[in-house]
Amino acid sequence: MSALRRPLPGWVEIGLLPLANIALAFLVVGLIVEVIGVDPFHALRLLVMGAVGSSESIGYTLYYATNFIFTGLAVAVAFHAGLFNIGGEGQAYIGGLGCGLAVLALDRYLPGLLMIPLAILASAAFGAAWAAIPAWMQAWRGSHIVITTIMFNFVASALMVYLMVNVLIAPGSMTPQSRGFGASAAVPSMQAALQWVGIAVGPSALNLSLLLALLCCVGVWIFLWHTPWGYGLRTMGHNPEAALYAGTSLKRTTMLAMCLSGALAGGVAVNELLGVHHRLLLDFAAGYGFTGIAVALMGRGHPLGIVLAALLFGALQQGGAELAFEIPAITREMVVVIQGLVILFSGALVHLPRPWLQALFARRS
Amino acid sequence: MQELTADAAIELRGIDKSFGSVRAVRGVSVRIERGSITGIVGENGAGKSTLMSILYGLYRADAGAILVDGRPVEMTRPRDAIGHGIGMVHQHFMLVDSFTVLENLILGAEGGPLLAGGLAAARSELARLARDYGLAVDPDARVADLSVGEQQRVEILKVLLRGARILILDEPSAVLTPQETDRLLEILRVLRDRGVTVVLITHKLREILAVTEKVIVMRLGEVVAERRTAETTVEELAELMVGRKVRFDLDKAPIREGETLLAARHLSLVDGRGVRLLDDISLEVKAGEIVGIAGVSGNGQSELLQVLSGIRRPTGGEFEACGRRIDAAHPVDPAEMRDLGVAHVPEDRLRQGLVPAFLASETSILGYQDREPFCHNYLLDGPAVGKYCADLMERFDVRPRTPGLLSLNFSGGNQQKLILAREMARNPKVLLVGQPTRGVDIGAIEFIRRELVRSRDAGCAVLVVSVELEEILSLADRILVMFAGRIVGEVAAGQADERTLGLMMAGARAA
Repeated sequence: MSALRRPLPGWVEIGLLPLANIALAFLVVGLIVEVIGVDPFHALRLLVMGAVGSSESIGYTLYYATNFIFTGLAVAVAFHAGLFNIGGEGQAYIGGLGCGLAVLALDRYLPGLLMIPLAILASAAFGAAWAAIPAWMQAWRGSHIVITTIMFNFVASALMVYLMVNVLIAPGSMTPQSRGFGASAAVPSMQAALQWVGIAVGPSALNLSLLLALLCCVGVWIFLWHTPWGYGLRTMGHNPEAALYAGTSLKRTTMLAMCLSGALAGGVAVNELLGVHHRLLLDFAAGYGFTGIAVALMGRGHPLGIVLAALLFGALQQGGAELAFEIPAITREMVVVIQGLVILFSGALVHLPRPWLQALFARRS
Repeated sequence: MQELTADAAIELRGIDKSFGSVRAVRGVSVRIERGSITGIVGENGAGKSTLMSILYGLYRADAGAILVDGRPVEMTRPRDAIGHGIGMVHQHFMLVDSFTVLENLILGAEGGPLLAGGLAAARSELARLARDYGLAVDPDARVADLSVGEQQRVEILKVLLRGARILILDEPSAVLTPQETDRLLEILRVLRDRGVTVVLITHKLREILAVTEKVIVMRLGEVVAERRTAETTVEELAELMVGRKVRFDLDKAPIREGETLLAARHLSLVDGRGVRLLDDISLEVKAGEIVGIAGVSGNGQSELLQVLSGIRRPTGGEFEACGRRIDAAHPVDPAEMRDLGVAHVPEDRLRQGLVPAFLASETSILGYQDREPFCHNYLLDGPAVGKYCADLMERFDVRPRTPGLLSLNFSGGNQQKLILAREMARNPKVLLVGQPTRGVDIGAIEFIRRELVRSRDAGCAVLVVSVELEEILSLADRILVMFAGRIVGEVAAGQADERTLGLMMAGARAA
């Protein structure tokens, strides 16, 4: 126990420890890949090239990273308030509902400059509202937020299937999708945006939602560390009694943290629906909410760390897809195993390399 | 030369222990004589707890040797220590409240898959211990129903039952009334007479003088003195602990009472389960006086502070603070209380008073974070907060003077000074203080008490809650005693003595 508390230099703590964790994860991945009869170095090369080998693959990596930044921030904001929001998945999904409803109702009347901000606000508002219900239940009724947010993922999923199949489906369509969004509701792709300034890149799903995600990072950073509300929120997360003593309302702060968290998760809908699919459809948020937990943990709850962790997970997602495509022996499930190991080593086993690093730096100092 | 010939139960030779760059224990060598009571005194952070943790196998020494009965031993975990007959009674009891005494006693030594055997063995063993040491406790009573003193006896029994012949007690009297403490000391004497070796870690020098044969004084990780108890005095020990002369008397100007700033009338608090935490409390605090509330911890003092500071709303009665009436229908939140001019130094600084993981500068604005000059245009002004914190540190001698250091890296005394600084900086009209010097070193105690008196002299109404009778006696102009949620007595400072107050604290209505 005392070993865990011994401090390491800051840069080792923030920089080297996560790298050591990732290296360990890849060591184990390499062994598994070896066992199924694939050259691990070849696989690694394919993975890396698949993630950053061309402007298209970089585009896709960043596109996935965009989602992970949103959900990572969502988990982190709640976590700073001492709340474990497992419901990013459902909040992103319902955020999409808000986004879709706003666009389907108004895209014929509003120009893009009004439609897009409105759709973004609708995503955030619906995501926040979906998070507000478990938050209210915890703050006033004492239900545990971990349980309720998990359950709300299922409720969101069932609700969306019902709405898509019975209400929002495009007339005459066989698949449960809404009609396509009007052009005024399309967030420009990065390819198009870069073309305006004369840079040519390959086509990918990457769109300007990435900028929104980065803006959210700055916003979260300012909010948490430079406003009295963020201060109160962090106080509650570390020490609820101190927050009470300071006159911070735990109920209000729980609502605030969860609504912000849900609103951030709603960003996934902006990236997916306004940026890529241009219609409302099922399961567009699948997996991002949960991976966001790993992203937030690995990023230590700090926006900068979350961006880095989101890049890693984006690269794994994109590189893994390429890997599964190139080597038939490595299936998509295998790629999930790789992600799982990274999460395992940088989440649950985060302190594993610590004694070695401590020994290393104790000897040097 | 008696030390050398006396039989040593424990000998520590050249013990060294560092945490990071901090050398907590430096080359300490001590001998604990068999069948004696040895006191270890020192300020917080002097290394006495670390030293005992090494002896008990909780920490490993970086260097040095431990000898038990003259033989060198390895202590890597508490089980080793128990195996060598060393037992420790912790300051915070490690008992399961809903279990009976007997069930608690066999915890960790159940003696097989079925409890019946272990329970029967423990019962007969307990009877033997009760006979030998006069440590009678009802084996079938639930721990929750026992008094604190009895719970402590269970802890001691637990250790003896494991076969301990060497007993380490860490601040054992922190939660006891003076009478209970006397009983504890009596038990320790009996244990010693029966051949048990006792090590007593405490900062209460009165107990050291009453019961020990030898005192070891530690300062800054080193043993600075060893004295035969018969040959030393409180003044000498205090001076050795701090490294300079300590003044125990406070210069208090004669009282100049002003208007009543805080008045409670028939205040009561009933919790969700119907337990009466506060029962018909009426009190008054006037400008320019210090009212002390004495009592054994857990008799409603914490709840009283919570209600008076706006953290909890009363369920009955009312109180008036700086002209505002507050009752169940008209509650107030802590931020409003601060606006009224009521400041609160909470009794548990680590859980209420500060956030250990926050910077000192962040701690210095806790509760005031949304006010000028720290916050304008909805943003915190980092440089202004840092400068403010540096000012507070300068005025209240908080060391080190580093606003950018995490709050948890300050010693208890310095954390407390920072909190006190924060609350006193705005010249409050009413100051509520809980346990002003709990876990604070002697040097800081002097400073904190003097600051409290100064704010009284400046016309502040001060309400001090403390479980340290000596503190109440030296600070307060008027003393109220709380027991079971009620105020059971009031004594003017001049007429108070430890005995009467102790009786009141135990629930006997003497006055």
